Amino acid sequence: MLKVNKLTVRFRQHDGSRLVPIEDVSFTLGRGELVGLVGGSGAGKSLIAEALIGTLPRNAEVSGAVSLNGSAPQKGAIALAPQGRDALDPLAPSGRQVARFARLARVSCDVPQLFADLGLPPSTVKLWPHELSGGMAKRVLVATALATGADYLIADEPTVGLDGASADRIMALLADLAVSGRAVLVISHDLVRLARVACRMVILEEGRQVEVADAAAFAEDRLVHPFSRALWQAQTWEHFASEEEAC
Amino acid sequence: MKWSSWLIRFFLERMQRLLWLVPLAMVGLFTLIRIAPVDPVQAYVGARVALVGPEQRQAIATAWGLNDPIPEQFLRWLGHLLRGDLGDSMLFNASVSEVIMARWPASLSLIGAAFMLAFVVGTSLGLIAAAYKGRWPDRIIRAFAITLAVSPGFWLALLFIALFAVSLGWLPACCSAPPGLTLGEVTWGERLRHLILPAATVSIVGIAPLIMHTRARAGGFLEGAAARHLKAHGARDLPLLLGPGLRHALGPALTVHLAGAGELIGGSVLAESIFSWPGLGEATVRAAKGGDAPLLMGVALATLAMVFIGNLLADLAAHLLDPRLRNRPLGEARRRRWGLSHESGSANMTGGQP
Repeated sequence: MLKVNKLTVRFRQHDGSRLVPIEDVSFTLGRGELVGLVGGSGAGKSLIAEALIGTLPRNAEVSGAVSLNGSAPQKGAIALAPQGRDALDPLAPSGRQVARFARLARVSCDVPQLFADLGLPPSTVKLWPHELSGGMAKRVLVATALATGADYLIADEPTVGLDGASADRIMALLADLAVSGRAVLVISHDLVRLARVACRMVILEEGRQVEVADAAAFAEDRLVHPFSRALWQAQTWEHFASEEEAC
Repeated sequence: MKWSSWLIRFFLERMQRLLWLVPLAMVGLFTLIRIAPVDPVQAYVGARVALVGPEQRQAIATAWGLNDPIPEQFLRWLGHLLRGDLGDSMLFNASVSEVIMARWPASLSLIGAAFMLAFVVGTSLGLIAAAYKGRWPDRIIRAFAITLAVSPGFWLALLFIALFAVSLGWLPACCSAPPGLTLGEVTWGERLRHLILPAATVSIVGIAPLIMHTRARAGGFLEGAAARHLKAHGARDLPLLLGPGLRHALGPALTVHLAGAGELIGGSVLAESIFSWPGLGEATVRAAKGGDAPLLMGVALATLAMVFIGNLLADLAAHLLDPRLRNRPLGEARRRRWGLSHESGSANMTGGQP
């Protein structure tokens, strides 16, 4: 069980002042669960991911408690599938890159089998990152995180830039990973798709946590905070509009 | 299948380039030689100047066709060239092709050694600088690179001679072998000892740009998203640089270095005359000073070929090391270079997302 209690991130500025992009964020994530982390652009979602895996820049100060099964998380216990294709090395074939992550975690990994599990055709192992489609690149990024063998995964914006069908598939894939016993934290703008698969949603407004809602609260209109309601309404409206356009 | 078709297209495109490059170079070369203040008759007469009168000079000029219109002279030279006849060197009293054939191995060994030396020293120092970016090893290496970049080669050569040959007496200051021995009597160790100073001098030109390019590329990779992703899962800087980062640094380094082959050849001309190295560069200086026009033109053509091959290899290396170049049609690469490419093409190329 990953417990995040009053996580706060501050940055020391050159003039000595402090910038506080994340303040008092608390949530829990257990194995078998998929938790969504949502909020507008610049809400500090990706910063939380960086704080959890320990890659914040040097001038960042983290306070609050993060514990994994009762103790501070070990390096490598949580794996991240980053947002952009640029996180893949452009000069190495996909399969070799995924194998690098297994090697770093000192675990063995059957890369072709992993690719097959993620619905990637076998030939993907040999493809260079620039030859991958958007959806394939997202899957390969998820594969880099899975190859480490970590039970706790963070997926940063897994659906951004994908068409509707590909986005649905990648969300379903992440839900499957949670069902198979992993703990998955999904950072996303895509409230509508996330609400279908998540157990809970952590809603952020400019780095402040406004609400932790269970997934049913969205459909049943039980959201408490006005920001959460506004976020949900804006997205569902967009979603319906885009579906009508598609018809 | 994909590979061979790509290679064939690559070579065809380069041959096309040679088709217009060579005639252009020939015209330029011939024009330069004809307007240079070189009087071939004077060069031929040389010390016998008291024995040859103005009428005889005129006769020589007429016999050599020097009074004919320049285009006619050019066509005659071209005709000889096509038959493989580069003319005769007056200084060496042999045909130009013989002089070139006799001297190119010495030049190639010098340039080759300098090339390898510069590549190994330049890329390793660049990688070390990238690994310690901002810390003292990086500062020392950068200071070294900048010092090299602003130091003239001939001056360093004289410093080398003063230090290693005269003061310390470790290395010979001249020639490719000890004087007074025939080639058969010279051991490989002796040859190597004679090679060190000239090769170091020639390599100086190439080292500084290599250090800075390798440092920038390797550093860029280390700070990029791909390296950060690996580092978030336990990778450390030095293994990253020596593993995946090496390929990022090596491609541009090799391209810069091979494309700079012309500078190495230029440097070798200086170094060969300072160290009396019996190569093409030394012959060039003697030909220029002695007014030996045929030899000068022959050497220039040989140099053109070497520079072209250097550039060809540079392109080939870049394509082999970076798959993104390989998968693109070659014509598109050219359009991009001239700034005619469409936005969609460049988006494909980087594959980045906002």
